Amino acid sequence: MSNLIEIRGLSFNHGFRVIFDNVDLDIERGKITAIMGPSGTGKTTLLKLISAQLTPRSGKVLVEGQNIHDLGQADLYEMRKRMGMLFQSGALLTDLNVFENVAYPLREHTTLDERMIRYLVLIKLHAVGLRGAAQLMPSELSGGMARRVALARAIVLDPMMIMYDEPFSGQDPISMGVLIKLIKTMNDNMDLTSIIVSHDVKEVSAIADYIYIISNGRIMEQGTPPALEETTSAWARQFLKGLPDGPVHFHYPAPDYNTDLFETE
Amino acid sequence: MLSYLNKIADNFGPLGKKGIVSFERLGRSALFLLRVFQSIPFVFLRPWLFIQQLYSVGVLTIIIIFVAGTFVGMVLGLQGYNILVRFNSESSLGTMVGLTLVRELGPVVTALLFAGRAGSALTAELGLMKTTDQFSALEMMAVDPFKRVIAPRFLAGFFSMPLLAAIFSAVGIYGGYYVGVYLLGVDDGAYWAQMQKSVDFHEDFMNGVWKSIVFGFVATWIALFEGYDSVPTSEGIGRATTQSVVNASLAVLALNFILTALMLETS
Ligand SMILES: Nc1ncnc2c1ncn2[C@@H]1O[C@H](COP(=O)(O)OP(=O)(O)OP(=O)(O)O)[C@@H](O)[C@H]1O
Ligand SMILES: [Mg+2]
Repeated sequence: MSNLIEIRGLSFNHGFRVIFDNVDLDIERGKITAIMGPSGTGKTTLLKLISAQLTPRSGKVLVEGQNIHDLGQADLYEMRKRMGMLFQSGALLTDLNVFENVAYPLREHTTLDERMIRYLVLIKLHAVGLRGAAQLMPSELSGGMARRVALARAIVLDPMMIMYDEPFSGQDPISMGVLIKLIKTMNDNMDLTSIIVSHDVKEVSAIADYIYIISNGRIMEQGTPPALEETTSAWARQFLKGLPDGPVHFHYPAPDYNTDLFETE
Repeated sequence: MLSYLNKIADNFGPLGKKGIVSFERLGRSALFLLRVFQSIPFVFLRPWLFIQQLYSVGVLTIIIIFVAGTFVGMVLGLQGYNILVRFNSESSLGTMVGLTLVRELGPVVTALLFAGRAGSALTAELGLMKTTDQFSALEMMAVDPFKRVIAPRFLAGFFSMPLLAAIFSAVGIYGGYYVGVYLLGVDDGAYWAQMQKSVDFHEDFMNGVWKSIVFGFVATWIALFEGYDSVPTSEGIGRATTQSVVNASLAVLALNFILTALMLETS
């Protein structure tokens, strides 16, 4: 079976707001799949549905053939030990320092001795360039650094898949380049499956094997990066090229600009 | 006619909605408590989690309890002396100070201070953890936040309240002693002897302990739930913290009346 995750007929609401409406989506094993879409369309929500932090209104999320929303807590936790997730905000535990944050999953789920834990943690921290920051507290990190620590934490248990929520936002060009390479090499060498949520079209196109663009609760366009280059959909072309004009409107619906500015009561 | 009905509906509609929202919250808080109970056995496997919390919830509150207890005891000494001296019975000062503290002021004032110091801190801490996705992160690391974060805090609050109340009463009794005996000249032996004679272990002391056990339970539950259920924004944390202190204080005062009535009934 080549798909690690198969989403079928997924629908989800926040209150009355429809976030997903009957979405089908596949994540191929061992590949990097990118999810793109305008801000606020539900990319983070999709990751939370895949990891069963949220429950869909209807539809299935099959992970290795099992519907993750049917699992009991014990089985779900077993599954999650094999899923890493990089949160948009980093979500480090604020009362632990960087080292302990990365060591946390090891201490919780393994019986490794202190020497081994130190060894593993330092390797992961080195990979994200923050070995020197091991003793800092999360409050002493910048947003981009916090997210890199969170990445080290997400990979410390050597999961089978990782979900990255906006890994590149807040990174300077150098860290960004390193991160892109890191994600790519980890995916290829560690037998990982990666899901990347990102707005950075150019960077993601360079490493992704497959791209989904979602908007308004549906999948607007999908395909390999070269295929999307050639897309005939005006919508997808506007999104990928970042053009201000086209079928997608940059402005929230509003009355005519001139009338609004010079209107007198 | 119809327009009147519409107006009435407009007026009462929001009220009904508020009612539904509060009942929903009440239900959530009960479910919350249930999950806390289910998670408590886990804490016995990881006692250091509990000990850490005992320190930040209990030990850090002791200083406030100490200072407040001293002053409350001193005021009791002053007021008590001035009332009792009118009836020539200032030798009963020890009884008055002891009973007031052990039965009422010890548990109640401790619970109010606890809600203001430890309760608000717990609420803010959980609210911040929620706002910064830390609960989700724990969930994703296959760690149950109820077992790891909430149950140890609940136990710490529950166990520290009776101890804090006992400290408050003890310190208060010495405060009353200082004012009554040293400053106002009540007989030293009479202060202690009268207290010993009239403060009953089962009737008085245990009543106070029961009260503070109930208060510890309720104040900690409210503080933790307000934090866990807060709106995950900075205003949300602020509002939750205020609510936590207000609700816990009101609950303590109302419960105190009910418990006192029950205890006087059965004694
Ligand atoms: N708890 C909630 N209650 C109600 N609505 C919510 C809640 N959380 C998110 N939403 C709404 O769901 C929509 C999708 O949110 P989500 O965070 O998944 O967006 P996103 O695609 O990740 O956006 P971004 O690119 O800005 O991170 C948003 O429009 C948001 O308003
Ligand atoms: Mg998002």
